[in-house]
Amino acid sequence: MLTVLALASVVLLGIVPEQSQAITIYTGWERHALVGSDIRLSCSFFSWRWTSDDVTFSWTYRPDGSRDSISIFHYTGGEAYVDNKGPFRDRVEFVGNPGRRDGSILIKNLDFNDNGTFTCDAKNPPDIVGRPSSVRLLVFEKLPIQAGVITGAIIGVVLGLLVLIVVIYYLMRFLVARRVFSLSVSKHGKKKKEGSQQRQGPAPPADPSKVKAAASEKKKQESRKDKK
Amino acid sequence: MLFILLGVLVLHLIILILLIVSTAASTWSVGDKVSTDLWYNCMTTSEGYHCKPASNEDWIQAVQALMILSVLFCFCSLIAFLYQLFRLVKGGRFFFTAIFQILASVFVMCGAIIYTVMSPDIGAQFGYAYVLAWVAFPLSLVSGLIYIVLRKKE
Repeated sequence: MLTVLALASVVLLGIVPEQSQAITIYTGWERHALVGSDIRLSCSFFSWRWTSDDVTFSWTYRPDGSRDSISIFHYTGGEAYVDNKGPFRDRVEFVGNPGRRDGSILIKNLDFNDNGTFTCDAKNPPDIVGRPSSVRLLVFEKLPIQAGVITGAIIGVVLGLLVLIVVIYYLMRFLVARRVFSLSVSKHGKKKKEGSQQRQGPAPPADPSKVKAAASEKKKQESRKDKK
Repeated sequence: MLFILLGVLVLHLIILILLIVSTAASTWSVGDKVSTDLWYNCMTTSEGYHCKPASNEDWIQAVQALMILSVLFCFCSLIAFLYQLFRLVKGGRFFFTAIFQILASVFVMCGAIIYTVMSPDIGAQFGYAYVLAWVAFPLSLVSGLIYIVLRKKE
């Protein structure tokens, strides 16, 4: 029994590192930017091993409609090497943190010629088997609003206003009933209230019927509003 | 009395159906073999019938929102009508129903106007969904006014 367990654990330990040697690289899928702006292309990786000192990042660029890639950035041996001859000369800056597995670059002053696919490849020796990940850059003159944003906003605002109006209506009714303050909205109610208060002083006997009439009228109005 | 009630209810249901069809059918503009807006641009080519999502310009999204809101409000007004029919006190008016119905008509009007003003005027004609929206607007307005005037009899 114990030998079987030991054998199984050895086999498992033998298998797991094989699979874990693959390094997984994450970039965005698509990035939108305005002409003339800067954009940060992020690239990070996951590796089962600790980040070694020999970690390398490299970025390559393939223009839209072309089949050739050109290398624009390389980080190795603790040093970042940027493009100094190609289409991105003096426009690439390393803003990543290799110790934190971040190999992002910043591209400044975008132009329509920068439309294309950027591929990030990271290696963390001895973890070198991995698939480079690509992010597509789209440069716009004016950023288009995504489908459904305005639709959702208008619907949300109108429904929100509706809910707000209903809440305020019930709140006002509640406050008026609690006599926190009296409104002149329901003119019948207020006049009858004032009328009943005035008549309560001089003529008490004639009052109860009129007060009752006023109270029943108010109750009728309240119940009508309730049943609505 | 029963006939009036039935007639008003049938009118309301017709308006709701018109609004739903107008909102859901993507044929506000039609061309030779093309139908566009509000949701899809569809084309009949030699290979068949292809659709792609409609352009996400601001005004199309506004028309979408207004049409959806009008359907919602018309539906709410129907629910309110049925509720008030059974729970309203004798002699009361159908205020909530009327308010929702009139708001629905205002939204349809706004949506139809925005589409009329902003639709591209190259070649395409207006399709049946657009016509239904313009038909639904006066019907719903009249229906809302009827609800204001209508009173629950004993």
